[in-house]
Amino acid sequence: MVTCLGDMFYPEVGERIVRLLRALGVAVDFPAGQTCCGLPLFNSGYHADAAAVARRTVALFRGAEAVVVPSGSCAWMVKHEYPGLLTDPEDRRAAEQLAGHTHELSQFLVRRLGRRRFRSAVGGRLTYHDSCHLLRGLHESESPRALLRELTGAEFVELPGADECCGFGGSFSVRLPEVSTAILDKKLASVEASGADCVVACDAGCLMQMRGGLSRRGSRVRAVHLAEVLGEAQ
Amino acid sequence: MSEAPPATPLRERAGRALQDTFLQEALTIATTKFIGLRREAFDEFPEGEALRDRARAIKEATLQHLDQHLERLIDNVERRGGHVHYATTAEEARAIVLDIARRTGARMAVKSKSMATEEIHLNEALEAAGITPVETDLGEYIIQLAHERPSHIIAPAIHKTKGQVAELFARELKRETQPDPEVLTRIARAELREKFLEADLGISGANFGVADTGTVVLVTNEGNGRMVTSLPRVHVAVMGVEKVIPSMTDLAVFLAILAKSATGQKLSVYTSLVNGPRRGGELEGPEEFHLVLLDNGRIRQIAGPLREALDCLRCGACLNVCPVYRQIGGHAYGYTYPGPIGILLTAMLNGSESVRDLAHASSLCGACADACPVRIDIPRMLIELRKEVGERRIAPWSERVVFAGFGRLLQRPALYRLAARVGRALQRPFVRHGAIRGLPAFFGHWTRTRDLPPIAARTFQERWAELEREGRR
Repeated sequence: MVTCLGDMFYPEVGERIVRLLRALGVAVDFPAGQTCCGLPLFNSGYHADAAAVARRTVALFRGAEAVVVPSGSCAWMVKHEYPGLLTDPEDRRAAEQLAGHTHELSQFLVRRLGRRRFRSAVGGRLTYHDSCHLLRGLHESESPRALLRELTGAEFVELPGADECCGFGGSFSVRLPEVSTAILDKKLASVEASGADCVVACDAGCLMQMRGGLSRRGSRVRAVHLAEVLGEAQ
Repeated sequence: MSEAPPATPLRERAGRALQDTFLQEALTIATTKFIGLRREAFDEFPEGEALRDRARAIKEATLQHLDQHLERLIDNVERRGGHVHYATTAEEARAIVLDIARRTGARMAVKSKSMATEEIHLNEALEAAGITPVETDLGEYIIQLAHERPSHIIAPAIHKTKGQVAELFARELKRETQPDPEVLTRIARAELREKFLEADLGISGANFGVADTGTVVLVTNEGNGRMVTSLPRVHVAVMGVEKVIPSMTDLAVFLAILAKSATGQKLSVYTSLVNGPRRGGELEGPEEFHLVLLDNGRIRQIAGPLREALDCLRCGACLNVCPVYRQIGGHAYGYTYPGPIGILLTAMLNGSESVRDLAHASSLCGACADACPVRIDIPRMLIELRKEVGERRIAPWSERVVFAGFGRLLQRPALYRLAARVGRALQRPFVRHGAIRGLPAFFGHWTRTRDLPPIAARTFQERWAELEREGRR
């Protein structure tokens, strides 16, 4: 599943993931007709539409052995919200099946494939921002860190306040843009103080927010997706 | 009657808070401290997690039979010589307290910190009836002097720096002093000592009401709560109906996690168990004790979408960790209860119309649910409120139209792909060096402070055919 932000704004992340997975011996398919997981509809309370989106997404991925998602929030939507949104028993069963087969990228690599040693595709010092849905929704803080810690050719440092929100929050970022930006500024100050060259995240939403803020302030720090730092498998 | 809506829109209130450098300084210092203390307290307390589950289970089970627990509480308070009153609305609650005050002949009432009395706007009502309310919790005392309202559930003056408090004391009490918390506290103590001795009426809230024993429990740190409940001739406690718990054994569970969540203390300095009026042979305590049970929209939520919010212990932990609260403080929320839980309580007390915008004052980061001692799923209920606001057409029509269109787009992949192409054409004049730095109208909400990535020259879907071929090689 490429996700809407991944498809439109960060297609290079999707490409890297496809090549990375193939290099690990995974056969990658991409069901046509993907749009968005429906999380923005769900979070804003438009649940009838979110359910319709969920139903068609479940149908698209029926039969997949594993579904890999590059964003913690979209993975959380599929795993935690799809089954509850679909009332028809058969739809719900299919949604539950999909939920069981869906993995956020770092979790798929570490927990499903047991692969955690890669060469770094970028140099220098890396730090990690916990995206909220991955951390508190999917309770995952270890897999991305394991990958980053074991990278050859890069140094990993912890980010003070790594578990604090970046201020994105989907429509929140444009409903209360000043508050969203104030939260972001705090996050970026911490990123810059960490001395890292790159802040890594596992969510396209956080990336859009942090990248947007970093480039606006002309920072030397880059915000990158986990897939962009994972080079050759070791 | 519910609370009046704030005069200015949320975004404006928040904007003002962001510009207030004193507020920003005070909030950062205080919430950071609270977060650290809470974390340490639970790190040193391995039983904490299991006790949180237990506390949650007790609350939920109690709500299932709230009527029975309340009946038992009422019986036991009356058996000990206390009087119990039931208020369906804030108005009724005010009338009950005023009536007691009049019969007491009180000219002044000393108060210990209570969100329930804030919720019913009791101070204004007392003043209007010619009775002077005197807040005796230090934070409450400060904001009463400043003619403000609490901006945090447990730290009402969290929005003020010590420098501002010193200025306030100089202005209102004519006492010039250094901005030293200890000195400031000493001044307040001296001022308040007189009031305790003078007052005929003491008004408190209640952290718990123990049904089995008819005990009202107050959890405080300054000792003023004890003075309020024991020195004046009459004591009135105002308690939300959801604060009833079955037994003292249950109380132990809550006490083990409440102070840790609130201030990081193992226990608060004072845990006062109020067992009705003074009885023959006892040396202290009031002659009369009244318990006012406050519904004010709570009972109907037992079967409503906000039920979980009735589990709240009012510890304030969710405020301290909330990235939005930490930026805008409590006043910007515009109602009695601020922060993530405050949005739910505001909806409970004032109806979902009141949270049309507030329901969106959250990035749904989930830090609140994580910090909540009874694990209230606040983000989920915020989403529920957003749903209600949309479905009942309280949300602006423009928003509903946008989301309806978006929903349709996501169900039609051809339309979605077309939208990507159209967006790519429209964005062309705005892209500079691979980023969009300024967009008109609504999109400016993003681009005023952040760059926006342009829609890629080729989306992933448009690249897939090639990638697929690459895989076959």
